[in-house]
Amino acid sequence: MNKISIRNLSLTYSDGTQPLRDISFDIPANQISVIFGPAGGGKSSLLRTLNRLNDLTDLQVQEGSVLLDGSDLLDPSLDVIQLRRQVGMVFARPVVLPLSIKKNVTYGLEVAGETNKDHLSEAVESSLKKAAIWDEVKDRLDDPAIALSGGQQQRICLARVLALEPEVILLDEPTSGLDPISTGKVEESLQDLKREYTIVLVPHSVQQAARTADQAIFLLQGELIEVNSGELMFTNPQDPRTQDYIQGRFG
Amino acid sequence: MTMKLSARQYKQRLGFSLLTLMTFLTIIPIMGVVIYIIYLGLPAINLEFLTGFPREGMREGGILPAIIGTFYLTLGTAIFAVPLGIGSAIYLSEYAPDNKATQLIRIAIINLAGIPSVVYGLFGLGLFVLFLGFGTSILAGSLTLSIMTLPVIISTTEEALRAVPQSFRTVSMSLGATKWQTIRRIVLPQALPGILTGVILGLERAAGETAPILFTVAAFFLPRLPNSPLDATMALPYHLYVISTQVPGMPIKIQYGTALVLLAFVLSMNLVATAIRSRARARRQW
Repeated sequence: MNKISIRNLSLTYSDGTQPLRDISFDIPANQISVIFGPAGGGKSSLLRTLNRLNDLTDLQVQEGSVLLDGSDLLDPSLDVIQLRRQVGMVFARPVVLPLSIKKNVTYGLEVAGETNKDHLSEAVESSLKKAAIWDEVKDRLDDPAIALSGGQQQRICLARVLALEPEVILLDEPTSGLDPISTGKVEESLQDLKREYTIVLVPHSVQQAARTADQAIFLLQGELIEVNSGELMFTNPQDPRTQDYIQGRFG
Repeated sequence: MTMKLSARQYKQRLGFSLLTLMTFLTIIPIMGVVIYIIYLGLPAINLEFLTGFPREGMREGGILPAIIGTFYLTLGTAIFAVPLGIGSAIYLSEYAPDNKATQLIRIAIINLAGIPSVVYGLFGLGLFVLFLGFGTSILAGSLTLSIMTLPVIISTTEEALRAVPQSFRTVSMSLGATKWQTIRRIVLPQALPGILTGVILGLERAAGETAPILFTVAAFFLPRLPNSPLDATMALPYHLYVISTQVPGMPIKIQYGTALVLLAFVLSMNLVATAIRSRARARRQW
């Protein structure tokens, strides 16, 4: 079943440059879809279209539609706040808010108006557990989150998205600043998380793409070159450009 | 290879020494002023001077009405300028579209800061004292000082807001917060120390100004305390001007004593601002 369907999507900056041109593909539910390709290919722009974070920039949708469970999330009358709870995002650099560990996790719930202390504490424990960091921080939930290591901070960022019980999780190079052990932990969590969530990942390397992808999407300079299952994409790519990129001939 | 210093290194040493010398040259007048005023003013400071009313044509007694007057004027300025200044800064930094109109507003604010204070005084006389009929009063004086202080508060607050990393805003909005929730819960608390510093520096300037209060509030000699915002009052900077130039036979220690009290008033505000800033810097997490 497809969670998200992208049809003929083109994005454009106010100066006329187009980071994405005529993109169409589907994102199946409860799988990890990996969008990969060289820098400047439009991966982040695409990801940020899915929770309308591009609204904060001068990047506009020129044409096309993005259907989430059948309804167009680009509809100008859509409740963007609600959408962002449904489609959570983890960024490349772990940016914890200047709050305690606990407050970071409950932030999304609190701005949504949740005040029940029991609900909030439950959400803290369950989402920190899902993000595989509960054991490391359970005794110091009131400490500032910034005191944690980069890898721990990134898992706090994941936990704070999970606390909102989203349906889709977007990850933009979530492990680019992490050591291999932390990276392994995050990748492992993703495999568990896909049972409950639909995951869209921009990986920080082709190797990570190959390790994690159920479905892979290759973007090159704003164009979609190839969509395939992860297995086929990295063993038997159909397009020569995909093959060249995966084998490291450019990029 | 020789062990002699090359010409380049000599030049570097020379430059370095020159810069050090310049720094010392700047400190000398500052220290000079402070020491000179303390030396000549301290003998005047006693309980009667600080809590009494002026007597014998201001040549004896205390300066309480001027101290209280300056306190009220600073407070009045804070009441008008702080909410207005912070509000406009939040609008300009967080909400205003980046267009010609906004640029024009910014330029206007920057230029407002360059207007000589005596011009503000004349404007206050025209608008508040005469046109709006507030008379020479604490209200008229505070409003005049507020207009003069606004640009300082607006530009420092805007700077403090801009210093908060953009990524905090993006993350907050990505978690479903509205723009206002983001500002109130994340941006403002982070910018608060910077804002407070700007506010205090602005008020400090208001407390020490003579020209804006000259036509709008300050009384030459009024040996009682104001009991309404529509009363005129004595104020430290103007009182200092009066006793330094307008009263023959004025004892020097009364003049410098008054200057010392004004200096202490302003410098203590400065100390508070510095304390807030350094505490915030130590706690800052980004």
